[in-house]
Amino acid sequence: MNFQLKVWRQKNAQSPGKLVDYGVQDISPNTSFLEMLDILNENLLRRGEEPVAFDSDCREGICGTCSLTVNGEAHGPDHPGAVCELYMRKFRDGATITVEPFRVGAFAIVKDLVIDRIALDRIVQAGGFISARAGSAPEANSTPIPKHDSELAMEAAACIGCGACAAACPNGSAMLFTAAKVSHLSLLPQGRPERVTRALKMVQVMDSQGFGNCTNTYECEAVCPAEISAGFIAKLNREYARAAVQRSAGE
Amino acid sequence: MIGALHAKIPHGPLDQKWCSHRDHLRLVSPNNRRKLEIIVVGSGLAGGSAAATLGELGYRVKCFCFQDSPRRAHSIAAQGGINAAKNYQNDGDSVYRLFYDTIKGGDFRSREANVYRLAEISNQIIDQWVAQGVPFAREYGGLLANRSFGGAQVSRTFYARGQTGQQLLLGCYQALCRQITAGTVQMFPQTEMLDLVIVDENAKGIITRSLRTGRIDKHAGDAVVLATGGYGNVYYLSTNARGSNVTATYRAYKRGALFANPSFTQIHPTCIPVSGEHQAKLTLMSESLRNDGRVWVPRRKEDCDKPPNEIPERDRDYYLERKYPSYGNLAPRDISSRAAKEVCDEGRGVGPGRRGVYLDFADAIKRLGENTIRERYGNLFEVYEKITGENAYKVPMRIYPAVHYTMGGLWVDYNLMSNVPGLFVIGEANFSDHGANRLGASALMQGLADGYFILPYTLPNYLAGQIGKRTSPDSPAFQQAESEVRARIQKMLAVKGKRSLDSIHRELGLLLWDKCGMSRHERGLREALAKIPKLRDEFWHNVRVLGDGEDFNQSLERAGRVADFLEFAELMCLDALQRKESCGGHFREEHQTPDGEALRDDENHAAVFAWEFQNDQQPPNLHREPLHFETVHLTQRSYK
Repeated sequence: MNFQLKVWRQKNAQSPGKLVDYGVQDISPNTSFLEMLDILNENLLRRGEEPVAFDSDCREGICGTCSLTVNGEAHGPDHPGAVCELYMRKFRDGATITVEPFRVGAFAIVKDLVIDRIALDRIVQAGGFISARAGSAPEANSTPIPKHDSELAMEAAACIGCGACAAACPNGSAMLFTAAKVSHLSLLPQGRPERVTRALKMVQVMDSQGFGNCTNTYECEAVCPAEISAGFIAKLNREYARAAVQRSAGE
Repeated sequence: MIGALHAKIPHGPLDQKWCSHRDHLRLVSPNNRRKLEIIVVGSGLAGGSAAATLGELGYRVKCFCFQDSPRRAHSIAAQGGINAAKNYQNDGDSVYRLFYDTIKGGDFRSREANVYRLAEISNQIIDQWVAQGVPFAREYGGLLANRSFGGAQVSRTFYARGQTGQQLLLGCYQALCRQITAGTVQMFPQTEMLDLVIVDENAKGIITRSLRTGRIDKHAGDAVVLATGGYGNVYYLSTNARGSNVTATYRAYKRGALFANPSFTQIHPTCIPVSGEHQAKLTLMSESLRNDGRVWVPRRKEDCDKPPNEIPERDRDYYLERKYPSYGNLAPRDISSRAAKEVCDEGRGVGPGRRGVYLDFADAIKRLGENTIRERYGNLFEVYEKITGENAYKVPMRIYPAVHYTMGGLWVDYNLMSNVPGLFVIGEANFSDHGANRLGASALMQGLADGYFILPYTLPNYLAGQIGKRTSPDSPAFQQAESEVRARIQKMLAVKGKRSLDSIHRELGLLLWDKCGMSRHERGLREALAKIPKLRDEFWHNVRVLGDGEDFNQSLERAGRVADFLEFAELMCLDALQRKESCGGHFREEHQTPDGEALRDDENHAAVFAWEFQNDQQPPNLHREPLHFETVHLTQRSYK
C-alpha cells in the first residue's frame, strides 16, 4: 500500500511548526501505524533528513506513551485502541493521512509529535492515591468487596493516562482522566477515608494546570482507548459536590 | 580482583533464615534517614515500590526513569497475574509449595534461601495491594478470586483481568505520587542513567542525560539502587517495550559489578507470530490463555496449509497434552516453547513461514459458552484481532515463542547488594530468584518483594555505616565519569556513516535468535562470538546518527542503547558457551536426554556464573557461586 502523509514538524516548544508532506510506499497492510512511521524515519535517515520525533514504548496499548492525532482523531480511526494498535489495513490504499500531536493547552509540544503531559502526573500527585504504608496492611480477605463494586472500580482504573480525552475535548478538559481515578478509589472501601480531600484537591489541581471544563460533548469517551465511560464524570461531579458540602459543613 | 563470592545466606533452618536475619540487620534512626540520599534508577514495580517505601521511611530519594512518567514503566504490560501462597482455594497450597514450584520451575539454578523468602513474602504483597486499592478479581461473595498458571497444580494467581501489571504498577505509581507530594521523593522523568560513579570502592552516584534537553548531570547519593529491568531487546524483536535496555546494568558491569547468568533468557511460548520485516516488536498473549486454550498442530505436514476448521480431530496433534499428560497445556514456559519449536522444525507449523502453532478455544467455548471466555480473556481476543485481523472466537489463534524476560542480571547477595558496596539491584535487573526459567506470575511477585519488603530492611544495614560519607558531585571520580560519557556521545555522533541503527540492531537480533535463542550449540555460539565484534565494528565505523547531543534526540538515545547491546551480546554468548549443560531456558543441544528433554549437570554446573569485566581487550573473568541445596532434592524436572 502507498500513502501520502502530512506530518507535523516542530523543532521545539518555542518555534512555530507546520505540516510537511511525505510519501511512503510498499507498506504491508499488516504494518502498524507506528511501524509505518518507523519506515518513514528509515527513509528520511537515508536521505540525511532528521527523523520525525514521536513517542511510543510498549506498542501494545497499555503504557499510554503514544499520543498521535490521526486525521483529526486522537489515536486515529480504530476505536477503542491507542494509536500503536492501529494497523494500516484500516486505511484505503493511496489515502492521505494527517499526523499531528495531541493538541491540548495544558500539554506543551516538545518536538514534532512529542508532547509534555506532566500536568496529568500533577493531578494524581494531588491525591490520586490511598495512603497505606507498606507493612501496615490487614489480611487481604478481611474486607469483602461486592463483585459489582470491584468490577466498576476496575473499569475506571483501566485508564492508561494517555491524555486522548483532553485532546478530543473541544475544551481541552481532563475531566475523564480525573474522574476515572477519583471513581476507582472512592468505589473501594479502602479509598473512602481520603475521599473528601481527594476529590477536592484533584479537581483544584486539574483546574490550575490549565485544563478546560466539561460541557458534556462525550468526545472523550469516544476516543478513550480504555473505554472509560463518561458516566464516571457524573460520579466525579457527585463526589465533588458531596465533598464540598461536607467540607463547608466542617465535617 | 574479586575473591570468593559470598552470598551472605543466613544460617539456620530454611523457614527461619529471613526472620532471624532481619532481627540482626542494622537500623538507621529517623533523624539520620533525612540526611541520607538514595538514588533509585527505574520506576517499575521494583523501583517504584522501593522509591515509595524508602520515601515513606523518611529517606531522601531521587528516582529516575527514561519514560515521560513513572506510570509508563514496562511492568505495566504484565498481563496474567501475581502468585501468592494464600491457599484461598483450599487446594493444598502453602509457602513451601510455592517455594518448591518456583525453584523447580527454575530448574534448580537459583538459591534456596532467596526463593523461600520470596514465597514467604508473597502473601504480604497481596495484603499491601488490596490496601492500596488494586481492583483484583473477586468472587460473588466479595472475596478474592484466583486462577491457575503454568508450572503449578494449584490456583494461586491473583489477577485484575488481563491487566494485572497495569493495576499493580499504577498502585505503585500512586504510592510514588504520594511521596512526591510529601517531598521525600524527587522524580526525574525522561532521564537516562549513562554511568555509575564509584568512590573508594563504594557506589556513590550516577551520571545522567536528560532525554528532553540533552543535559548531562552528576548525581551524588549514599547508595544507588538499580531497578532497570531486563535486556530482552538485545534480540531486537521481543515483547519488551521499545525503550527497555541493558545500559544501566551494563555500565555498572563495566565499573566492576558482576553480571550473573546473562545467557538465561526466557522465550515465552504464547506470542503473536512475526508477520514481516517491518515488525518492531512482538506482542504477548497472556499465558493464562493456556488455562482454556488447547495447543495443537496438524499431525501431517500436508495439512498445514488447510484452514484449521477443516482438519478433523484425529488429524490434530495436541502435542503438549500428548507429551506432558499431567501438566498438559500448562507445562512451564521453557518446555512449551521448545515443544513449539520442535513441531515447527519438523515442518508441521502453521501460518506464514510455518512458524506458528494453534491455540484453540473451540472446546472451551463449547464447554463454557462464548460469554464466559469473553469475560475471562475478552481484551486479549481484541488485541489479537487488532494485530492479525482474525477473530479467535471463530478460528484458533496462531502463536509462536518470543523473547519475553531475562532471568540473568547483575549478581547480588542475599541482601540484594552487588559485589560493589552500596550498589543494590532489584527486580528483573538482578539475577536472583528465577534460576534458569521463570514461572508465570512470579515476576510481579519478585519485583514487589524486592522493593517493598526486602530492600527497605537490607539497605539500612549498609547505610548505617555511610552517614556523613557522601561525596561531592564535583569530586574527580564524578568529573572523570562525566567526561567519559560526553566523549562517548561525541564519538557516536562523529561516525556519520551510512547504516541505520535499526538495521544493525536487527542483524544482531537475528544472529542471537538463531545462535543463542531457544536452543544453542557450541559451533553456533562460537560463530556468534566471531560475528558480534565485526558487527560492533560496523556500528562504530558506519552507523548514522543525526542531530546533536544537546537536544531531544531519539536516534542518539537508541544509539547508546544499541552500542551497549552490541557489547553485552558477546557476554551472553560466552556465558551460554561456558555452561555446558542444559537447564531451563538454556538448552544446549549437546546435553539432552534420549527423549529430548534438558539434561542438567548438577555435579559441575550447580552454580551461578558471575562475570567480571576486565577491559575492552581481554575476555571477562568467570566466578562461580556454588548453589547448595539443603532442603530440596535435585531431580530431573518432570511435567509428564
